Parts: sequence; structure tokens; C-alpha cells
Amino acid sequence: MPRLEVLKTYKMYIGGQFPRTESARYYALADKKGNVIANICLGSRKDFRNAVEAARKAFGDWSGKTAYNRSQVIYRIAEMMEGRKSQFVNELVLQGLTPAKAAAEVSQAIDLIVYYAGWADKYQQIYSSVNPVASKHFNFSFPEPTGVVSIIGPETPSLLGLVDAVIPCITGGNSCIVLASETQPLGAVTFAEVLATSDLPGGVINIITGTRKELLAQYASHMDVNAIVYYGTDKAEIKAVQENATLNVKRAIIRSGIGTPGPELINDTLETKTTWHPVGY
Amino acid sequence: MSYKLPKYIPVERVEIDTIGVEERVARLNTRSIKKESKVEALKMALTMMDLTTLEGKDSEGKVKQLCYKAAHLHDVFPGLPTVAAICVYPTMVATAKKALGNAKINVAAVSTAFPSGQGPMSVKLDDTKFAVDNGADEIDMVISRGKFLAGEYSFVFDEIAAIKEACGKAHLKVILETGELETLDNVRLASDIAIAAGGDFIKTSTGKVQPAATLPVTLVMLEAIRDHYYKTGIKIGMKPAGGIAKSKLALQYLVMVKETLGIDWLNNELFRFGASSLANDVLMQLVKEQTGVYQSLDYFSKD
Repeated sequence: MPRLEVLKTYKMYIGGQFPRTESARYYALADKKGNVIANICLGSRKDFRNAVEAARKAFGDWSGKTAYNRSQVIYRIAEMMEGRKSQFVNELVLQGLTPAKAAAEVSQAIDLIVYYAGWADKYQQIYSSVNPVASKHFNFSFPEPTGVVSIIGPETPSLLGLVDAVIPCITGGNSCIVLASETQPLGAVTFAEVLATSDLPGGVINIITGTRKELLAQYASHMDVNAIVYYGTDKAEIKAVQENATLNVKRAIIRSGIGTPGPELINDTLETKTTWHPVGY
Repeated sequence: MSYKLPKYIPVERVEIDTIGVEERVARLNTRSIKKESKVEALKMALTMMDLTTLEGKDSEGKVKQLCYKAAHLHDVFPGLPTVAAICVYPTMVATAKKALGNAKINVAAVSTAFPSGQGPMSVKLDDTKFAVDNGADEIDMVISRGKFLAGEYSFVFDEIAAIKEACGKAHLKVILETGELETLDNVRLASDIAIAAGGDFIKTSTGKVQPAATLPVTLVMLEAIRDHYYKTGIKIGMKPAGGIAKSKLALQYLVMVKETLGIDWLNNELFRFGASSLANDVLMQLVKEQTGVYQSLDYFSKD
């Protein structure tokens, strides 16, 4: 007997929930031949505002976890992703990649998560120091998470780029709101399902789908966002990000594309705190 | 003595259609409010606020800070009103009164063994008199929910009447603690008893019990006020309290008041919000409307 296929509704990921956009809008995602493969939520500034609230709420708990615990949770994300590898590959193929390239991108993305899981309790040693000072103080510096980070993710590679954008950020104890690739958003939504079944608390990573054009200014201007990471090379967009970031002096990190993995990417969204502790009195 | 104690006459029970109430609330919540109206409504909400601190850890310093906040909501934003009142425990009334000075902000005190109301009558009367003697302009009393649920309505009535007498010139708000009354029928009955016994305001909750104020419960209480007004021409005030932390929710309450009781009730003589964190959310929305940028609590004083 023939069976009706059950199609997946692609939704956003905010505060550990999967809401549709409050604006009730969507855009049709087509493959290369022009066939519609999915309807994607066209996220609004209010969705972003809700996501910032969720991220702010989640920040205290996540940043307060021990580094070792964060490491385990991030590793668990990789475990969950490994189990759904074929789904990620299928979606990348649907969006135009060759099967070989798609498989390579998914494997790379999973390995990258494992890589940063390892760094979670190690970057602190690299970016800490005991500083020589000319007074009777024990003076030391150590990194702390910046807070809520908004991320304009790269268009391509859509899945590896998303992982490159969010994982170093949360490894450092931040919470974030990421704008998924507009042209290849499927992987981001499935990644949200992976997050929901891992041990990551809701709200630490929030994923919005929609357009840069509409949301860029919101990502950069929201006063409760402490840093913005922008992927791209569009000069006008970079200028807009930097100008809006001055409103509350948020840190603006501009990346032209995904780079070499390393603790530097974690450090981008860290802040160094220095303590002067009196000794010898 | 000028005040004459009312005598308890069993009030007629009004049955509430729970589904109908919920549908009415849902319908009212879909009202769209345009930008200019929203800004005006938010400013109005500020003037109706009872800025509240009711913690065991309250100190004189905390109350003084809150009083300053009440008079200076957000000084960088010109043209803001002040809140209606500060709501504190009786022991903090004198401190609040002094801290507020000449500002036209009332001091409300919770009394009658707040929040449980489980104390002997003598203690409740002393509690109230102490607050009034220290200068409280308003008294927020709690009813004995245990007695109410046991069906001793005359006890509840007499208690409210006695406290009203002890209040003297101070306004009396009667807290029903609707979260413990179980049904909307009970909420309506308690509202009617509180109004008949002399309460100037009826108030939903202490804020110490969940659920606190909800829209359906408030609608039932507003209807009790409306029916009393139709019968007697006397206007009773309403104060939802507890759990109202967002501007959007505050606007929904205002819409409901307007639609149920009319414009006469849209002022702080007859409508109040009991809240601690609502003020800052309203301020954030006002600044957002002014600047176009979503705000952060980092830039608003806590109290």
C-alpha cells in the first residue's frame, strides 16, 4: 500500500524549545532545479529579542558550570551528532553538495566539536598569567566569558561554519544566538535537534533562521548582547556591525570565513580579568 | 466612633463560567495596541504601580533605595511620572515615610499576619494599628483562607470589617490570595464578601503563593466590582499583584480593566499593579520605543 511521506517542519530553536517565528512568515527553500524542498521560518526582530532573553537566562548556569563539566556536555553534542550523520549528509546533498563533499563536511564538523570539548578545561591555562608588579601584590589575570554573544554565521560551509561559530563561543562559557545560513539552513535546524537531545541546557545556543538584511542591525544593536561575531566580507555590513556595536561597547569580532581551529577562537569571546591581591602586610 | 461596623448578610453566590472567562480573556489579549497608545499606556502603568519589597531580608537601606527609585524611575528619561505607592512590611513604614519626604507617593503596608493570615485577631489589629500609627496611607490585609474554605464566611466578613475600622483614614486593600481559593466561584464569592465588608480595593495575591495574579482571576474580580457598581454606584478599586513582570502583560490588564469597568477605573485611585520587577521592564520598553533599540537591565537601577 502506498504511504504518504511525513515531511519535517523546520523550526527555530529558542530557549530549548522549537517555536515557529512569532511573525508567522516563512521563505521557500529551493534546490538547484528550483523545486521547493522546505519552508523555512523567516525570523523577526522579536524572535531575536526572545532568544536574547533566553540566552541571558541560560548564561548564569552555563558559565557557572565547571570547565570539566562543560567539556563533557560539548563532547556529548558530538556523540549525538554522530548518530544522525546520514541525516546531515542528506540535507547537505539536498542543498546542492556532492555526497562526498557533504560526508566530509559532516565528519569535519563532528571532529571539530570533539576538538573544542578537549579545550574546555585547557584554554584557561593558556590565557592566564601571573604578572610581575612593582608593589606588594600577587597580580594575576584569567579569562572569563563575555556573556551573551550574537553570531551572524557564515553562508557556506553552512554546517561546518555553524559549528565553527557556536562551539568555541560556548566552550568559553558564553551563551549565544546564531543566525543560520540563509541559503542552506537545513543543517542548522537539525543541529538544533541534536542540541536538544544532548545535555546542553536550553538557551545556551539559540538558532534563528531568516535574512541578514533584516536581522543584522538587530544582532548588532541589542543592548543586552555583549559581543557580536560576524562572518563575511561585505564592507557595508561590517560597517553597520561596528557602528551599532558602539551603542553598548560590545565586542565586535569580524571573521572573513572559518579559520584554523584553535584556542584563539575561544579567546575571541573571552574577557581577561586581572586581580590585585595584597600580600606581605 | 464615627465608623459603623457593617453586619454580615450572606452574599448571594454568583456562579462563574470558567470556560467563558478564559475565552473572554483570550479574546481581549488579541487586541492590537498601536505605538502611540502603547507608550501612553506604559506611562499610565507606571503611575499605577505599587513598587513592592516584601522579603524577610528587607532592611532600612533596601527600603530607602526603593523609595528613591519610586521617585526617580529613570532620570535620564525626561517626563516620567512617579509610581503610586511603595508597598512594605509595617516595620518599614516609618523609614519609607521619611525617605519619600514630600514626594506624592503613598506608603502601603501589608498587615494582618501577612502573608498567611494565620494569627490571632488581636495580633492582626495591632499589626494594622502599628502601620497606621507609623503613617501608612494604605493597608493591604490578607483574608483567612482556611476559614473561607471551611465555609465560615461570617468570620471572614467580620475580620475584614474590624480591620477596616482599625484602618481609620487609611485605604484598605483586601488580599484574597486567589491561588489558594481553588475555584473561580470562590474568587467571586470572596470578592463579594470583601466588598460588602468595606474593602476599598480588592487584591488578588500576596505574591508568596503560586499561581499569583492571573488574567482570568482578575476578570472575575473586575466583574464583581462592576456588579457592585451597578447595584450601589460605589466604585471599588482593583489590584492584581504577583507575577506581573512584563509590559505586555501589564497592557493586557489595562485593556481588560477598560473593557470591563470603563475609563473611570484607569487611574491609580482605582487600579494598581503590585509588582517589583515590572517597573524596569516598562522603562526598558519606553526607552526602546524612544531609541528603537532593545534594552538591557544593566542600564536600569534595580531599586
